[in-house]
Amino acid sequence: MSEKNYVSTLEKAPRTWVGQLAALLACLALLAWSSSAVQSNSTGGSGLAVARGIISGILHPTPSLLFNLGTNGVPYLLFETIAIAFLGTLVGAVLSVPFSFLGAKNIVPRPVSYLVRLCVMAIRTIPPFVYGLMFIMVTGPGAFAGLLTMSCCSIGMLSKMFIESIEELDRGILESLDAAGCNTFDKIRYGILPQLMPSFSSTLIYRFDMNLRDASVLGLVGAGGIGAPLMFAMNSYRWNDVGAILLGLIILVLIVEWFSSRLRNRLMRGE
Amino acid sequence: MRKTEKMNIYDRIFRPVQYTLENGKTVSQKRSRLPLILIVLLVSTIIAGEVTGFSLRTLINRISYFFVILGDMIPPDWSYMPRIWGPLMDTIKMSLLGSFIGAVLCIPFSVLCSSNLISNRLVTGFFKLFYSVVRTLPTLVIALIATYIFGLGTFAGTVAIAVFTFAYCGKILYEQIETVDMGSYEALEALGMARISAIRYSVWPQVLPGFISTVLFCFEGNVRYASILGYVGAGGLGIILNERIGWMEYARVGMILLSLFVTVVIIEYISSYLRSKLV
Repeated sequence: MSEKNYVSTLEKAPRTWVGQLAALLACLALLAWSSSAVQSNSTGGSGLAVARGIISGILHPTPSLLFNLGTNGVPYLLFETIAIAFLGTLVGAVLSVPFSFLGAKNIVPRPVSYLVRLCVMAIRTIPPFVYGLMFIMVTGPGAFAGLLTMSCCSIGMLSKMFIESIEELDRGILESLDAAGCNTFDKIRYGILPQLMPSFSSTLIYRFDMNLRDASVLGLVGAGGIGAPLMFAMNSYRWNDVGAILLGLIILVLIVEWFSSRLRNRLMRGE
Repeated sequence: MRKTEKMNIYDRIFRPVQYTLENGKTVSQKRSRLPLILIVLLVSTIIAGEVTGFSLRTLINRISYFFVILGDMIPPDWSYMPRIWGPLMDTIKMSLLGSFIGAVLCIPFSVLCSSNLISNRLVTGFFKLFYSVVRTLPTLVIALIATYIFGLGTFAGTVAIAVFTFAYCGKILYEQIETVDMGSYEALEALGMARISAIRYSVWPQVLPGFISTVLFCFEGNVRYASILGYVGAGGLGIILNERIGWMEYARVGMILLSLFVTVVIIEYISSYLRSKLV
């Protein structure tokens, strides 16, 4: 090919710069619009001192809090947080199964599935602390309210993922089971459950991971777990205690994340 | 049957079932793990129930109180809407700017994380650990710390959202970079291109659509998150939400939640449309 051929081939390339320029301009306009919101009430120069306090607190956590095995110590609080996250995920899973079957397009008519999805979205939009306040009316402050809050907050994401895996069900397997003379129970046991279990449990493990991380939100409304002591310590500027609690939380979440990603990998490979 | 296959403890206690086929071969089927998993789950559920004070009776007897506040929210107070616009726009602006800053910041860090671009295991390991640690910090805690450092207001919220987006998008970006097709990168390097421009022209175009889609998805979630941040004074809808709950004006709380819901639905619709165009 001569040089001219190269040039003519290159000139045939689609001209995307108009679209790209438009997208860029739109992004810049949105950015300019959003940067108008950036404002803060000046802290009067104490910001740096606070930052220094936080860093030194995290580097020097209070040992008495970190290794205290009583109900005020970090280990027990973390244990309580794990319990809340675990049961919260479980209850959330139970609550979201009906939503997900009613929201799957291959099971119910389209309008019903859209309605159910809208409903799930509404459940998801209500912020956790509003749920927390509502459940404290039911159970009084404490870990139980936290658990129920956690389960309500889990419904949104769990149903969304469940719906996706239900919609991916392979109908062929059900048809062949039908042809082999299986009854409805057999079809559910050997045709549907084996298809759904890996993705469902993988979603659940992932959500447990997330719930553990979000558990600090519960502390705001007095719904148990490690959040409340963390917020108290922060509001009273006890940075060393904050450091101890955060350190415990970080280590716990890292360990759980490591286990959960290994488990999910095994589930996805189908062992 | 392979005798050399390593058997773990479970298989040694509960021996696999042996079947002899018609042609004389024997096959073995491992025992199901289900009983073990069920027992572990059951025991953990009981322990967790004890710790959290779970009681089904309280739940059944008093669940009606859950709907008391919910009932007060309906019908929402429409006349309150004019005072919601400001904080609502603040929430959207915060999440927009925060997502953008976080997404731009995570690009260089994700490149440093990718084991196919950086051969030094120490560097990639360090930055991966860095991402994991940042990801463990709850957004609300970051927001609270940001209000101490930068003062109350939307800037603190923007910082919190940027940090969250940084950690979330960064992880997904480096996972994408690591699964990229390296052939074109090697070809460009063989042509004598500098490493940065080789990344720019071979890796970047491959990960860009996925990355933008991730950022859009993250932005969707951030709008929802941003409404909570006001609870600690970091600007947005959360501030008025917290105030109205404090005054027990639930009809107005209902209006705030309704406006948030409509906003989230619109943004999710736009973003999922854009994402379907991208991938």
